[in-house]
Amino acid sequence: MNALAAVSAAVVAAGGEGGEEMPSVLAVPIDELIIGIIAFVIVFGALAKLALPNIKKTLDARADAIEGGIKRAEEAQAEAQRVLEEYRAQLAQAREEAASIRTQAQADRTAIIEEARSEARAAAQQVTSSAEQQLAADRAQATAQLTRQVGELAVTLAGKVVGTSLTDDARVRQTVDDFLTDLERQAAR
Amino acid sequence: MSVIRASGGLDCHLMSGCGFPAPGAEIFQFDALLSFHVGPVAFEVSKVTVLLALTCVLIIGFFTYAFRRPKLVPRGAQNVGEMGYLFIRDGIAREAMGKEGDRFVPFLFTFFFMIWMLNFMGIVPGAQIPVTSIFAIPVAFALIVYLTWVPLGVYRQGFIPFFKNMMFPPGVPKAMYVLLAPIEFISNIIVRPFTHSVRLFANMFAGHLLIASFSVATFYLISASVIGILGSVASFAVTVALTGFEVLIQALQAYIFTLLAAVYISGALHAEH
Repeated sequence: MNALAAVSAAVVAAGGEGGEEMPSVLAVPIDELIIGIIAFVIVFGALAKLALPNIKKTLDARADAIEGGIKRAEEAQAEAQRVLEEYRAQLAQAREEAASIRTQAQADRTAIIEEARSEARAAAQQVTSSAEQQLAADRAQATAQLTRQVGELAVTLAGKVVGTSLTDDARVRQTVDDFLTDLERQAAR
Repeated sequence: MSVIRASGGLDCHLMSGCGFPAPGAEIFQFDALLSFHVGPVAFEVSKVTVLLALTCVLIIGFFTYAFRRPKLVPRGAQNVGEMGYLFIRDGIAREAMGKEGDRFVPFLFTFFFMIWMLNFMGIVPGAQIPVTSIFAIPVAFALIVYLTWVPLGVYRQGFIPFFKNMMFPPGVPKAMYVLLAPIEFISNIIVRPFTHSVRLFANMFAGHLLIASFSVATFYLISASVIGILGSVASFAVTVALTGFEVLIQALQAYIFTLLAAVYISGALHAEH
């Protein structure tokens, strides 16, 4: 606004001087117009042909370099991420394996213990049964021997009581046997 | 020469009986150093023409030097030039047109740096005239922009749709078109190139006139009086402050002109919604 006021004032002033040959400041002489246009065309032509393509190319190359760098960084990051995932997967797999091995070991241990226990039990059984057999045999033998000795002792005792030898008498043997059998029957009852 | 003429001569001071020689339109007039004819057109080479040529040489020279062998990692002049390039590409072209704007970067780049440099001539010692305060120069630039976006719009959208999209924006009650269509046509096709050039011209013209006025005042007020000396010092301070302010305005006006060019081109590429 100030500018326009100043211009109109100047125009009035220029007009007011009158006498001198003073063209208006708003006059546009054709030669100045042509010179102005030529000046622009020359500068535009020179810059557009000589100077600006260079810098445009450089700026594009720089943008490419920066974008390329970012892209490379992104790729590297993706690769790192992928490797990390892989390691995580491997780690998880290893953990799983360890767990299964542990479970297996536990199961094995139980089985081994069980086996050992049953073996021991069997061995003990065997020992017990053989001992029992031995015992039974010993008892049978002892019983038989005792029976026989008891008979002989009884006969000897009876002979001594009676005063005669009863040793080789079949009848005496029969009597003793009967008596013993009777005894056994009483014991069994 | 013109400054001394504007200041009323070397002997014109506060107490010397001559009134304040306010600078006027004459400080934008320069004597022809050389004149020649090309066909029917008479050309005059003045200080302004020389400064324009110098600007062209400086801009072409700097940017071809800065971008002669650009490196991926920039340094020195390339760094500075690149900042300028990215400012135009990202701050103006892509801002207005998106990725499609990349094609127009050289066009906008040329406008921005040429106008900035031409504006800057206003505060370069010795030059001291913003070339863009010569109305023909902004008109030439605005004309180039105008002759770019109008044919571009017709080419991209088709002749009828281009004007239809411009004059009948959607989402408006039908009755409004009676009012809107002529307004849109006048504002876009007729007024636009005018405001585009006048905005730049008037700002640089006014800024230069202000600086010149206070410079002349500084010179004029030098006299054997306290008021005169104080006034002269104050005027000088204002001149310095205005010069600093002008630095800002010069860049801003170059930016606005370029941004508007980008917006006009963007509107030509796609129907405005």
